[in-house]
Amino acid sequence: MASFWSLWIIILTSITFVAMVWVLFANRKREQQPTDKTTGHEYDGIQEYDNPLPAWWFYMFVITIVWGAAYLVIYPGMGNFPGILGWTQIEQHDREVAAADEKFRAMRDRYMALPVEEIAGDPAVRKMGMRMFSNNCAQCHGADAKGSYGFPNLTDGDWIFGGTPDAIKASITQGRQAAMPAWGTVIGDQGVEEVTAYVMSINGREADEAKVAAGEKHYQTYCAACHAADATGNPALGSPNLKNGIWLYGGNIEQVAHSIRAGRNGVMPAHENLLSEDKIHILTAYVYGLNQ
Amino acid sequence: MKHEAIEKNVGLMIILIIVSLLFGTLVELVPLFFAKETNEPIAGLKPLPALELEGRDIYVREGCNTCHSQMIRPLRAETERYGHYSVAGEFVYDHPFLWGSKRTGPDLARVGKRYSDDWHRAHMYNPRDVVPESNMPAFPWLFDNDIDGSRTGTKMAGLRKVGVPYTDEDIAGAAGAVEGKKEIDALVAYLQQLGTLLQSRR
Repeated sequence: MASFWSLWIIILTSITFVAMVWVLFANRKREQQPTDKTTGHEYDGIQEYDNPLPAWWFYMFVITIVWGAAYLVIYPGMGNFPGILGWTQIEQHDREVAAADEKFRAMRDRYMALPVEEIAGDPAVRKMGMRMFSNNCAQCHGADAKGSYGFPNLTDGDWIFGGTPDAIKASITQGRQAAMPAWGTVIGDQGVEEVTAYVMSINGREADEAKVAAGEKHYQTYCAACHAADATGNPALGSPNLKNGIWLYGGNIEQVAHSIRAGRNGVMPAHENLLSEDKIHILTAYVYGLNQ
Repeated sequence: MKHEAIEKNVGLMIILIIVSLLFGTLVELVPLFFAKETNEPIAGLKPLPALELEGRDIYVREGCNTCHSQMIRPLRAETERYGHYSVAGEFVYDHPFLWGSKRTGPDLARVGKRYSDDWHRAHMYNPRDVVPESNMPAFPWLFDNDIDGSRTGTKMAGLRKVGVPYTDEDIAGAAGAVEGKKEIDALVAYLQQLGTLLQSRR
């Protein structure tokens, strides 16, 4: 703060202090007026006693003034004067964070040194992981980690981007961006219908045979590159298995057709700027452990 | 001065009341008008682009700030959950500020990029679809209403008068930038940039 404004605050605050003390003491009355004990004014026959302020009340004012003065000496308030304690909000926050770091460091170092597979079953890790999951992951993946429409279930053993500890950790750290292109303009409405029929058929569902045959051709041309020729998907590209009965965006004909026609672009946000490495490690272990 | 003189003279009483109230304003408020901390934007802070600005107005219209604060206090419990505490320089271009005073829902000061656009859309359409225990109202009309860009430039010009550095090009291009957008697009765009300039790992 500029020294002018610092001085401004100090002077005005001091004036206020003096004025309050003056108001309090200059108006102090110790005894009632000796004449008729009233203020002397009368409205419709109503008169008002002119009693002195009760002593406890008066001293309470004195205490608040003393309290205020002491506060301004101890804590920051008088312009740039930092107070004799040198206390600041930010410093207190940093101290709290450092204290917590100190408290948890040994435990974190211990877990960081162990591979995810080994700590995934540790009760303490599961408890901490659940808390962190609730705060950071449950909004999309659900409190029970079973996901919802458009947000993957993390407990079913099916992994779009891979379920190894490294793959899970990469998903949390860097995030994921699924990239299913829109095929509607490429293969047309009929093409969409045919590919849908083919996808239905490989899942053992009823479909028109002519459409299935045509759809398979489209599939091998356009879809197999990512979803694999046998439709088991490719975790390296984030393309899901199409024949295990697990559907991120629904498995009925309309929904599958819509996925083909308009594409899907699910996003998992990156957490490398939000969570520390050890928390990501514990979260990875928690998510990995959900499937063990 | 006699107590009676003040009590029986309304004009004098008004003046004295104003003088005594002014002391608080002069000491606590006026220096902040000139303080560096409250007037200097933090590094990277830009005025909201047209779509985000319209999103902010929808945020205000729907009263999001009555249940969501945008102010992370420097307490470990808060920075652990939400991220870096808020600093004054982040709000230099906010007119009015949307700090809020009540958290029925979580603080949103750093919600930007925490969730995907798809999540925000699903959540606005019906919060229970993604967070079953949520008591937030649904806002399905945002998906139907178009943004009216006819006044976006005027809003920017107004904000420029109070010190937000919009350029003439910003104002001229405002209507075009929100053309054909739905209200949900604007609101999500606004939310996705909230608090992204200051980050800390926790």
